[in-house]
Amino acid sequence: MQIVEVDKNNFKEEVIDSKIPVLADFNADWCGPCRMLRPVLDEIASEHDDFKIVSINIDDEDELAREYFVSSIPCLVLFKNGEETSRSVGLRPKSEIENMLGGE
Amino acid sequence: MYDIIIIGAGPAGLTSAIYARRAMKKVLVLEKLSYGGQIINTLSIENYPASPNISGFDFATRLYNQAKDLGAEVKFEEVLKIGDGDIKKVVTSKNTYEAKSIILATGSQNRKLGLENEDSFISKGISYCATCDGAFYKGKDVAVVGGGNTALEDALYLSDIVNTVYLIHRRDEFRGEEASVNKLKLKENVKFIFNSNVTKLIGKDKLEKAEITTNNGDKSTILIDGLFIAIGRIPFNDSFKDIVNIDQNGYIIATEDCHTNIPGIFVAGDVRSKEVRQLVTAASDGAIAATEAIKFINNE
Ligand SMILES: Cc1cc2nc3c(=O)[nH]c(=O)nc-3n(C[C@H](O)[C@H](O)[C@H](O)COP(=O)(O)OP(=O)(O)OC[C@H]3O[C@@H](n4cnc5c(N)ncnc54)[C@H](O)[C@@H]3O)c2cc1C
Repeated sequence: MQIVEVDKNNFKEEVIDSKIPVLADFNADWCGPCRMLRPVLDEIASEHDDFKIVSINIDDEDELAREYFVSSIPCLVLFKNGEETSRSVGLRPKSEIENMLGGE
Repeated sequence: MYDIIIIGAGPAGLTSAIYARRAMKKVLVLEKLSYGGQIINTLSIENYPASPNISGFDFATRLYNQAKDLGAEVKFEEVLKIGDGDIKKVVTSKNTYEAKSIILATGSQNRKLGLENEDSFISKGISYCATCDGAFYKGKDVAVVGGGNTALEDALYLSDIVNTVYLIHRRDEFRGEEASVNKLKLKENVKFIFNSNVTKLIGKDKLEKAEITTNNGDKSTILIDGLFIAIGRIPFNDSFKDIVNIDQNGYIIATEDCHTNIPGIFVAGDVRSKEVRQLVTAASDGAIAATEAIKFINNE
């Protein structure tokens, strides 16, 4: 599945109401580590249909960033049934992100 | 079996890969996180020869593509251990590889203060590199934490750019060179805060204030836009310190020729014992280490 760009208008539909788990990637264009992470997330997304990955630009979507207390990026937040179940801040290798998704 | 295994895909490791591939050697680069190393964290590099004003991300990506296009193999695996011998072994989180020679290019990381919200203020007031980020604080008030040469040099450097520099040190004497201390004392806009530690970082979207606590427990607050943390670096040496010699700060000992104490094992970049840790010296080491490794292989 491809990464879905999410803003405050489609956040509820894509994340909160999603039937499958959602990994939300909070990022910004000026953030080098975020840009490094993106191709890794693209790869993970293309390998899985059992969850989806969404991208949220914190400069455009500061309301969402504030609502979810994102104050350092890259920040990955995992949602299940609309609730946050885990998060990870900073650049992480692919295997750690897969563990985060496979865990619990 | 590889000719050269390079550990770390930062500027030093990737430059080694370029040189080794241009000599047609079979090269594997192992990286635990992402290519580029520390430099991906900076918005703009201003001091790399002939490339003014390039972002850290672009620098890293161009370097990575250059090495890949020349045929370097890169795998994203963390190296856990290396073994010496005529054939050298490299154990990663996933596999064991063999090579005729190894280049260690694992770099170093900043020592943090260890405050709760430190990470969240990185690039929003917290910096670990005055020469990289100082220019963003022109005319503002900043503080430097530390007592070694880096802290003194950072404070001197910043004093020419910013409005006020507070230099915060946990003792009443500096470890760094006296000449720098004397220069700092002549600067009107440098204020010393001795026997004190930064104990809290305060700010909404970015750093606004820092709480200072003296060794007696007295607390005060300073208003600052930037806090430069210069309390040392930690080299990544865990996987090799049993094999190669390291100095008292953990850096792998080698002179400009990049030879470690073990024949066939070379070291390049920030993880090497040296004075100047910059991109240009990392690239320089990379070229030298690769050239020495090639010589070593050809003589075997
Ligand atoms: C914010 C910032 C700004 C900077 N700005 C500048 C600047 O403007 N100009 C300048 O010249 N310099 C600058 N520097 C310094 C410069 O980035 C470093 O000197 C340079 O990156 C050193 O390169 P290196 O390859 O030796 O190490 P690193 O860049 O640290 O790369 C080492 C790599 O090895 C990997 N690694 C570590 N251990 C293992 C292991 N066990 N297995 C596999 N991989 C491993 C790491 O993940 C990393 O990718 C800056 C540094 C920082 C932090």
